[in-house]
Amino acid sequence: MRPRLKKLLARSGLYGGLSLFILFSALPFYIMLITMFKSTHELLNPQNNPFLFAEPPTLANLEYLFSGSLYPSFLLNTLLVGIAVVIITLLVAVPAAYSLARLAGSWGQYLGIGIFLTYLVPPTLLFIPMARIVSLLGLQNSLWALILTYPTFTLPFCTWLLMGFFMATPREIEEQAMIDGCSRLGAFLRVLLPLSVPGLVTVVVFAFSLVANEYIYALAFIQDSASKTIGIGVTTELIRGDVFYWGALMGGALLASIPVALLYTAFLDRIVAGLARSGG
Amino acid sequence: MNARSLRDRDELLAPALLLPVILYILLLVGFPFLMSFVYSLSNVTVGNPDFRIVGLRNFLEIFQEQAFRTSLANTFIFTFVSIAVVVVFGHILAELLRREFRGKWLVRFLLLLPWTTPIALGTIGFLWFFDSLYSPLDWLLRQLGLLGGAGALLGPRSNLYWLGRPGLAMFAVITVHVWRLLPLAAIILLAGMNGIPKEIEENAKVDGAGYFRRLFEIVLPLLFPVIGVAVLFATFFTFTDMTVVWVLTKGGPPANATQVLASLAFLSGIEGGDLAKGAAQATFFFPVLAGLAALVLRLVRKAVVT
Repeated sequence: MRPRLKKLLARSGLYGGLSLFILFSALPFYIMLITMFKSTHELLNPQNNPFLFAEPPTLANLEYLFSGSLYPSFLLNTLLVGIAVVIITLLVAVPAAYSLARLAGSWGQYLGIGIFLTYLVPPTLLFIPMARIVSLLGLQNSLWALILTYPTFTLPFCTWLLMGFFMATPREIEEQAMIDGCSRLGAFLRVLLPLSVPGLVTVVVFAFSLVANEYIYALAFIQDSASKTIGIGVTTELIRGDVFYWGALMGGALLASIPVALLYTAFLDRIVAGLARSGG
Repeated sequence: MNARSLRDRDELLAPALLLPVILYILLLVGFPFLMSFVYSLSNVTVGNPDFRIVGLRNFLEIFQEQAFRTSLANTFIFTFVSIAVVVVFGHILAELLRREFRGKWLVRFLLLLPWTTPIALGTIGFLWFFDSLYSPLDWLLRQLGLLGGAGALLGPRSNLYWLGRPGLAMFAVITVHVWRLLPLAAIILLAGMNGIPKEIEENAKVDGAGYFRRLFEIVLPLLFPVIGVAVLFATFFTFTDMTVVWVLTKGGPPANATQVLASLAFLSGIEGGDLAKGAAQATFFFPVLAGLAALVLRLVRKAVVT
């Protein structure tokens, strides 16, 4: 085979393959996007082409979503829980990771792995006793129930991630600062933390995306419509029995997904490096 | 002076900084973890404040139930099939992503969407895809003449009722799991491939080793630890998930055809208020998770040794 022809074939194989994968990944989102702008009248006729518009696009679904439903509350609740969980995660995980990376010596590694392993204890195993704890504390239907329980899965992973970041930064930088008169803690706060901003931002993004993803605790602890977060809000409030608000449902799912997806994609490589490190 | 010395004495500072995370994990992971075993051996329900240990009664009871046996089997089927598909196609996707091409950022963004999107929201897109009347898939099949009308390959009715028939509903659940995990597996495998020095493969190529020989004798053995990581996390996320099933089928249809351990435990423990029974059903996660944890430890130890 002539080399040019061979190259052409390899190129078209590459683009063809990628296109198929993209079609599989992105088609549901395309459908959500187009359905969000379709009138109920158009949607409820099975003869219409679901991939194109048969009638002029409409904003009616979005209007319902933002002024007729509790969707804005779902977004706000998710944001509030996300911010609170991110703050708790940083306050607890940053000192712990520093201690494991710098102070704890050889057993720091093992304790770090131990903490990481608790990430493998899933909410689906813990939710029943957790529901009892939440009800004993009188936190049912309160966002505080989520703020209290979500760090159980953000902390193990974020401590592990931060430990990796701190270990990758040369010790000598802090040691120099300590020779120059900083205390151990001062060197950490004034020298190492500013150098670790990319790592901290990764943790913020990751913790927030875990919060946006969580479903089972929210479903178990929150029944009050106005206190629901995005996942359970959209799936339980916009679907009532057999009545589906299809346009609003698709819009609600898509609009909340995109910001989370954009943020996550930007930091994915660092997060995956953290996952991969668990396998060396 | 005391504060000053704490700030400088590593042997005091180390545990002090670790204390909050250890307390959090002990109180809100360790304690409920133990309680879930205690509950599974007890008679506790939401309405019954009196608490007695009843031994293995809950386990004997759930084993009698068809719902539990189906759920256990489904959990394993969904996990194994999804993982097998995800690892094979994830490898192919990682190979493609290694090449140079234009618009890499956009391609990555689109490919990663299923993983980066909250899973409950992503599953909603599939709810429409598999709808009994308006399914875009059915529409496509009708246009192609495969569905609806006399003599059509998939039957004369105008819909397949994806979520209304056990086999198809299981297919739908697996599709969503594969859809979601494929990008994660591809990215983990890609990171592993980039870690293999190019020279090793190129030398083998010069020595005349073909693609499949290189794949099976060089690439896969070197990738093995990374494939382990991909399998580990994919297993973890599929095995313990209840969101996909809950949003898509609620465990039906009919009764429990797609039920999994997590959704069954939720039904009995939270919706039914039988905490003991729900806890007993959920304990069946434990052996598999312990196995995964052992795998992590082995991989880590190997990395430390080498």
